[in-house]
Amino acid sequence: MHFVKTELRAAAIAAALTASLGLAAAPAEAKVDGDTIILGSAISLTGKYSTNGIHAQNGYELGVKMINDNGGVTVGGKSYKFKVVYYDDESTPARGAQLAERLINQDGVKYMLGPYSSGLTKAIAPVTEKYKIPMVEAEGASRSLFTQGYRYLFAVLSTSEQYLASSIALAAEIAEQNGKKASDVKVAMAFENDPFSLDVRAGVVEDAAKYDMKIVIDDKLPRDLSDMTSTLTKVKALKPDLLVVSGHSKGAATAGRQISELKISTPMIAMTHCEAAKVVEKYGADAMEGLLCPTQWAETLSYKDDLFGTAAEYDALFKKTFEGYKTVPYQSAQATAAVMVWKDAFERANSFDTEALRDAIADTNMTTFYGGIKFSPEGNNIAKPMVLRQIQDGEYKVVAPVKWASSKARHPRQPKY
Amino acid sequence: MLDNISILFQAPIFAVDLLVQGLLIGGIFVLAAYGLALVWGVMNVKNLAQGDMVILGGYVAYQCTLWGMHPIIALPIAFMLLFALGWGIYATIIRRVVDRDMFTSLLATFGLSLLIQQALNLRFGPEVKIAESGFGTLDFGDLTIPAIRFVGLGLAAVLAVGLVLFMRNSRMGQAIRATAQDPRAARVLGINTDRVYAFTYALNAAICGAAGVLVAMIWNIQPFYGIVHSIRAFIIVTAAGLGNLPGVVVAGFGLGVWENYSGFIFGAEFAVAAVVIVLVLVLMVRLFQMYRVRQVVR
Amino acid sequence: MSPRKLDLSIYGALIAAGILVPLLAPAFTSQMAVLWLMVLMAVTWDMTGGQMGYNSLGNITFFGIGMYASAVVQIGLVYDVAEYTSAFGAIKVDFTEDQYWTGLFLGIGFGGVMATIFAMIVGPFMLGLRGPYFAIGTLGLAVAVAEMVSGWRYVGGGSGISMPVFPGAAGTGSLVFYILLFALAILSHLVVRAVLKTRFGLAINAIRDDEDKAEAMGIHTTRYKVIAWMIPAFFMGMAGAVFGNMSGFIEPLEVAFPTATFGIFMVAMALLGGKGTIWGPVLGAILFHIIKEVTWTHLLGWQWVALGAIIIINIVYFQQGILGWAQDRWPALFGLTVDERMTRTGQAEAAE
Repeated sequence: MHFVKTELRAAAIAAALTASLGLAAAPAEAKVDGDTIILGSAISLTGKYSTNGIHAQNGYELGVKMINDNGGVTVGGKSYKFKVVYYDDESTPARGAQLAERLINQDGVKYMLGPYSSGLTKAIAPVTEKYKIPMVEAEGASRSLFTQGYRYLFAVLSTSEQYLASSIALAAEIAEQNGKKASDVKVAMAFENDPFSLDVRAGVVEDAAKYDMKIVIDDKLPRDLSDMTSTLTKVKALKPDLLVVSGHSKGAATAGRQISELKISTPMIAMTHCEAAKVVEKYGADAMEGLLCPTQWAETLSYKDDLFGTAAEYDALFKKTFEGYKTVPYQSAQATAAVMVWKDAFERANSFDTEALRDAIADTNMTTFYGGIKFSPEGNNIAKPMVLRQIQDGEYKVVAPVKWASSKARHPRQPKY
Repeated sequence: MLDNISILFQAPIFAVDLLVQGLLIGGIFVLAAYGLALVWGVMNVKNLAQGDMVILGGYVAYQCTLWGMHPIIALPIAFMLLFALGWGIYATIIRRVVDRDMFTSLLATFGLSLLIQQALNLRFGPEVKIAESGFGTLDFGDLTIPAIRFVGLGLAAVLAVGLVLFMRNSRMGQAIRATAQDPRAARVLGINTDRVYAFTYALNAAICGAAGVLVAMIWNIQPFYGIVHSIRAFIIVTAAGLGNLPGVVVAGFGLGVWENYSGFIFGAEFAVAAVVIVLVLVLMVRLFQMYRVRQVVR
Repeated sequence: MSPRKLDLSIYGALIAAGILVPLLAPAFTSQMAVLWLMVLMAVTWDMTGGQMGYNSLGNITFFGIGMYASAVVQIGLVYDVAEYTSAFGAIKVDFTEDQYWTGLFLGIGFGGVMATIFAMIVGPFMLGLRGPYFAIGTLGLAVAVAEMVSGWRYVGGGSGISMPVFPGAAGTGSLVFYILLFALAILSHLVVRAVLKTRFGLAINAIRDDEDKAEAMGIHTTRYKVIAWMIPAFFMGMAGAVFGNMSGFIEPLEVAFPTATFGIFMVAMALLGGKGTIWGPVLGAILFHIIKEVTWTHLLGWQWVALGAIIIINIVYFQQGILGWAQDRWPALFGLTVDERMTRTGQAEAAE
């Protein structure tokens, strides 16, 4: 019996050691490996954000491919190629924070690309900040990311409070045109209970307060609720002038369906992620007529650069490279823009030093197919507006801001249910 | 909260609206809960994968619409496919947990639920999908109710009646009921209880599949939505008490109505919490009933 | 070797591994910290699940309560919590080093205490439920608390709370949290083991074997059950507080109350290693974590499928777990004295 006991003890020790050392197999990669510059990103490849996570990954990949195919990145007279190390964060913030450490410590990554969603970015930013690793992110829009005094965080996209704020301005404008006061406008809000949507909500609340509008409904949608009948019943009862909805693609899918089924007659409805949820394809152009959808980027905008050409050319290239896209999500476009920021920064800094690179990124002032990129001292992009599109006869038409508008906003909405 | 209640009093039409909508969706809750009551009552298996089977049925409908079929046609298809799948799951997994303690079945079916979710996620991705019926909306003055909800309730009712008749009259139905009452005696009388169990589990999966088709037509589906349906089924069965079919029906409709009213009154953010709290309350009530019984025994 | 000596040598090995790993492979500290968290979860779950026969699916509630309680204390020491959360993290918290450390340790203690109090309040109700009703009831409790917290504006609701940033140099943060979780894991195991050696341990085993008889013999079953649930609650609460700080950003559904992941994993881990054994949950947690990390690295997208399959296979084909199997095989090794004759008749009866 004796040998069994020792064996058991040996097994226990072995188990403990495997636990500790078995994981230590992967060698740390260098930040620059031969002629390759390694970027790192924790991204949602599985879990609830994986659709958009993969959109973002495709965006990164297209950016990397185009840069590598067109001469790469020139640092110190030598041409380098980009390569991105990805880890799957399973769409959970806790995992994201661990992965950021893993990328930095185990894989030796010194240059980061962002994850998908504000929640994940909130989890990762303190880590990269701590290690003084610059991160250019493209998918975390929450305003609170840029009030923490982060020095190493840069975002190419517009912050989330701008998503629906323009719809409030539009509602006020229209009310005044119709001889009413802006303060008479009644607003109904339905926002998903998650960091991103609540941030969008904060922007709406702030702007509504500016015009002294009355908020009559303030519902928060649970994350896996596929039925918002009770909220929409309230909308029918209280007859607001403006309904704003936000809840990633699934919120938009639910809202789109039930707005049409319950024949909601609110004259103005604005919601995020219409394109991602493919509401027109799903519920028909007639029912979705007049919905206002904010977007970070649209292929119809007249931005351009030397690498990709115009926004429309990027759109065509993306569709050619990746199968199954009818419209290119802005999530992909901004991810590509983040890679372009890195290239630009490497070439201007002419160095691999993270501090020099940080300063170079902070000084970024470039135009891309995605729009202008110039960072405020807080790190958010201030050179690009959020645009508001309206679904008009099944097409997404830019209606605000006026500078980019391709057609006039139709008010009130005239859907045919 | 109070102003929300006052809306209901000032404009009672909306109270009616919520009631009708709640009753209409309640019918679908009843289906999934009935299936759960069946496996729980007959084989003492707590099927945590209940909701995931519902969602699986929904994806069958979605797939059928991709092939250009009307989702209603998917109803019998999903019913049969999930019947077969349920039989397969029984043969590989459930057979081995039927005689074990009840926690075992709970965990094994949890593992199953993980498998189904992830398989769906790998196949269809995490985006929400729908199976559009194109039936439009019915208007009754201020009431606007999607026609599909009526159709769904009707189909659920047809299915339920069919099930009741089946259980009452068919040979297999009688065998199931006999096994539920006393498996040992049933075995003595020559009933192949293993087959009865397999059939029961498969039937439950089939019912869930059919309910899922309705869910995909009425709301939308996503690989991870199953858990909510599982919780609902558990609440209904627990509230009704085992072997109480009319109770399942009443509790199912009650839950549908309660979801709508609580979402309206407390705000949508508390709708799920309101439902789950009902579950905990129901369990507490059962507990106190049990205490009372024990006191009497003393 | 006596069981006691065996236990001591396993402790020695674990502690040695716990100290050596951050020294030898500093890059792995955060993964190892999670490993110790998993060990703690499995060990404390087994206290009620394995030893008392009350299979909770809701122990994760204590984890989340501890996490939120500590967050409130840590921020509340310096700022107004409601103001902080309503700004969605737009206020930058600036802690001096002293404030941070006081906050952290007060927070961990408070997290443990709040979770224990919560267990004491809901315990008498939940533990009155038997068998699967207890499992479902606790699962419901976890979901309900998570939803309530998501709707509670004071703690930020669904938008979560950004935790104070660790003040030390880069890399030391994860080391500190590693040490805390490691110490908590070992401590929880020592406590659970010590408790099980007392009369109290025998009482809860009696409750597992036959609750009505235990009550008839004069054991205050409810009191024992609630106390036995408060011990895991205390450790889970403290672990939650540490993990919240380690994550840096907490929110209700994914980080604080992950019912469908950690909440179920702890059960799976205890079952894998062997439910109701002293070392089973530890072994199960270590194996499970390794499997999880390896499948996650090499089977991207399939890791969850693999986990689901493991849970099913474990439950269906190998229910007594690794050490449970070993214990049946070599009972003497586990300090059990078995009357061979009785066991054989017992097994024969059971087989019938």
